Amino acid sequence: MSEALQVGANPEVVKKHLAHHFDTMQQQFDAGKLGMWLFLTTEVLLFSGLFCAYSVYRALHPQIFQFAGEYLDPVSGLINTLILLTSGFTMALGVRFAHTGNRKGLSVCLILTMLGGFGFLGIHGYEYFTKYQERLLWGTNYHPLLGPDHQKLLPPAGLLAPLARPTPVEVSPWHHLKLLKREGFNVAHSSIVPAPVGPAGVVAKMKRESAPGPYSQPNNVQIFFGAYFLMTGLHSVHVIIGIILMIWLLARNLRGEFGPSYFAPVEFVGLYWGIVDMVWMFLFPLLYLAH
Amino acid sequence: MTAVDMPGKPKLNYLNCDKSIKSWLLTLDHKRIGVMYLIATLTAFFIGGMLAEVIRTQLLVPKGLIFHATKHMSSFAAYKHYNQVFTLHGIIMVFMVLIPIIVAGLGNIVIPLLLGAKDVAFPRLNLMSFYLYVGGAIMAIVSTIAGAVDTGWTFYTPFSIQTETYVCFMVGGIFLIGFSSIFTGINFIVTIHKMRPPGMTWFRMPLFLWGIYATSIIQVAATPVVGVTLLLLILERTMHIGFFNSALGGSPVLFQDFFWFYSHPAVYIMILPAMAIISEIVPTFSRKHIFGYEFIAFSSLAIALIGFLVWGHHMFVNGQSAELDTIFSLLTFLVAVPSAVKVFNWLATMYKGAIKLDTPMLYALSFIILFTVGGLTGVVLGCIAEDVVLHDTYFVVGHFHYVMFGGTMIAFIGGLHYWWPKFTGKMYNETMGRITCVLLFIGVNVTFFPMLMVGAEGMPRRYASYLPQYQPYMIVSTIGAYIQLVAFLMMAGYLLHSLFRGKKAPDNPWGGATLEWTTASPPSHYNFDDTPLVIEDCYDYSNVKYDESIGGYVRTDVPATTEPAPVHA
Ligand code: HEM
Ligand SMILES: [Cu+2]
Repeated sequence: MSEALQVGANPEVVKKHLAHHFDTMQQQFDAGKLGMWLFLTTEVLLFSGLFCAYSVYRALHPQIFQFAGEYLDPVSGLINTLILLTSGFTMALGVRFAHTGNRKGLSVCLILTMLGGFGFLGIHGYEYFTKYQERLLWGTNYHPLLGPDHQKLLPPAGLLAPLARPTPVEVSPWHHLKLLKREGFNVAHSSIVPAPVGPAGVVAKMKRESAPGPYSQPNNVQIFFGAYFLMTGLHSVHVIIGIILMIWLLARNLRGEFGPSYFAPVEFVGLYWGIVDMVWMFLFPLLYLAH
Repeated sequence: MTAVDMPGKPKLNYLNCDKSIKSWLLTLDHKRIGVMYLIATLTAFFIGGMLAEVIRTQLLVPKGLIFHATKHMSSFAAYKHYNQVFTLHGIIMVFMVLIPIIVAGLGNIVIPLLLGAKDVAFPRLNLMSFYLYVGGAIMAIVSTIAGAVDTGWTFYTPFSIQTETYVCFMVGGIFLIGFSSIFTGINFIVTIHKMRPPGMTWFRMPLFLWGIYATSIIQVAATPVVGVTLLLLILERTMHIGFFNSALGGSPVLFQDFFWFYSHPAVYIMILPAMAIISEIVPTFSRKHIFGYEFIAFSSLAIALIGFLVWGHHMFVNGQSAELDTIFSLLTFLVAVPSAVKVFNWLATMYKGAIKLDTPMLYALSFIILFTVGGLTGVVLGCIAEDVVLHDTYFVVGHFHYVMFGGTMIAFIGGLHYWWPKFTGKMYNETMGRITCVLLFIGVNVTFFPMLMVGAEGMPRRYASYLPQYQPYMIVSTIGAYIQLVAFLMMAGYLLHSLFRGKKAPDNPWGGATLEWTTASPPSHYNFDDTPLVIEDCYDYSNVKYDESIGGYVRTDVPATTEPAPVHA
């Protein structure tokens, strides 16, 4: 891409955008690009900490992921994946337009990418909302109410009246199990030992367990929802930042600042958006296809 | 800069070209940002040091001299204050002093000078790093006033989830400081990659830059992980997310893994720049070419890489499996090898050199001795069988103080003395410098050697009271701490004195052959008045000769720069 950066071609641009401590626009651009890549590396590493935690828990308690993965809707996840892929494409196109000096094209692309971001956040927000309604939340906030779309995981219809239950007052991860018992329903005993409770981490040597029976809930399902909210939440924050950056780019583009000899900010935001896309490409299968 | 040099007025430099407060607070000049970092980190060092004196005074008597049970206070409540004091001491010294002080403080000042560049690659990001640091420090102060943390600097769960002190604020502050560190790292990596003058190849770079380069890689690669760990800890406390809480199915050991995955590399963030300073001082004061340039350069990278693979040595007795213990132990031994390579190279550099025992060189020698003790005790701890006994005893405290204080801090002080004439333009009192160095060296050993001994006898760390049999060691150690205090007060005295009354420094007082000594002391706003010549070999001293008339050294192959600087428009 750097051939497009006709070094010093436009003295106006050079005067306006070349910082005093660089010799050429090319040097400045290369420095910026390397810096941006390094920054993106740290972003990936930030997520990779969470991916590590995910892998550790998944390896130790596969049954949790098998069980809880059923509660996520792969269709909305897939739609979101497609949205992000498309927006990744429009962003790349925008960068191309910036290189060739097509300002109108750049503006259209930025707006489309932004719309993709909003669409993604909308669908995701709706998902969060349903999870909240069903109290499929993290840590101590996990005491599910089991909405109608989880029938396949439930005991035969009629035994539980979904959503009609008063909000439980007791805060305990095992509340759900107690609830079932109180209703006079016996949790089917699976032959599989429940997930170990207590300190685990990479050090513990636990037996790997296979999936639980249809009606039983493994212990500590809240771990999955903790991971889900944390990882997608952090990702959504990045999407929001991306949208803000698009608005900033759009404003600058409308003022006519970008052209064939100055497009570094567009290029860098494009790289950022690419990483945001990429992280989602990992999150989607890990979370939505966990079962 | 619009001002013009007036005849008879002092030459314009980066310090006096604009004196307003605003020009300092909003400066984009790397030298000024470096000076602000130095002021900030040294202030933090002063506070951390005072806390250390409190700790040592407390431990003068077995029941505790300062915090102990009284009519109004149970011993439990009293000792909690002791916990808060050593926690703050640790947090301040690690996150606010040792990590930024060399890289962001001295590094900011000298990296572009060593490169012959006008500034770092991203001056605005540089200023932002500084304010992130300040913001983090302010959050830490707020948390301390609201309810000082008592978890130890390691924030181990589950206690850090349960304690009622203001962990969130403190951790949030460290999170910000972490980002400051990441941005500094990015900035310096790019600077070293892209701002080298034509002709300065990787292997013609001064070794200081290699050390900073390796350090920056660790900063960029390790800090995000501690960032996410601290974020999780905050969420743990505020939203009970349960990742590190066994009551919710999480794993406290996972916290330790995460924490040390950063914090072990972080100790190399502290020591690599220290070694980098030593690699500059030793050849300059031995008047001899550095021995084994490539070995020193690559051992920095080796330390940076292996340093990522040894974090498990902090958890030998915390439930880690025997297989992992063994692997981590082996890798821990391995990391000592590149450290030793450097020590041998410095010794070989000095061998048959014309050694001048000026203050920076005395600090370099102190560093080599103290770091060797620290490194060897580290190897002792890396041996599983020994660590089972020594873990969480004063031996560990002795080990890391030898490397962090005897290593990083002593090297920093050496570097400060080495570059002091360059960035302040003033010479300090050499005799006072030497006396202080010797005093400090004695103080460090008197303080920390008894810790190794008392630890080997079984005294646990982080206790406010102890068995009477340990008292003799504790008293000696406290005396050492007071000796250090005296040394630091002396140092503050003569350094401040030099700022106001010091002799004007020549451009090259020590006879260094790196680029920073070819520009004025202090440098002008743009560092170099002309694009600097690239020196073929920055450790070749044959063309650097002492000149009686200016009291400093001059290069016989490069035109002198003592003429008035040309005017910048
Ligand atoms: C030669 C290389 C080194 C080796 C083999 C080594 C080994 C070790 C080991 C095995 C421990 C764990 C002891 C325990 O908790 O039972 C330890 C602790 C520690 N080391 Fe080192 N170390 C080395 C260099 C350094 C350096 C250069 C620094 C810092 C500049 C450092 C700072 C620390 C700190 C702060 C701790 C204690 C952390 C805590 O528990 O609070 N070490 N070291
Ligand atoms: Cu370590």
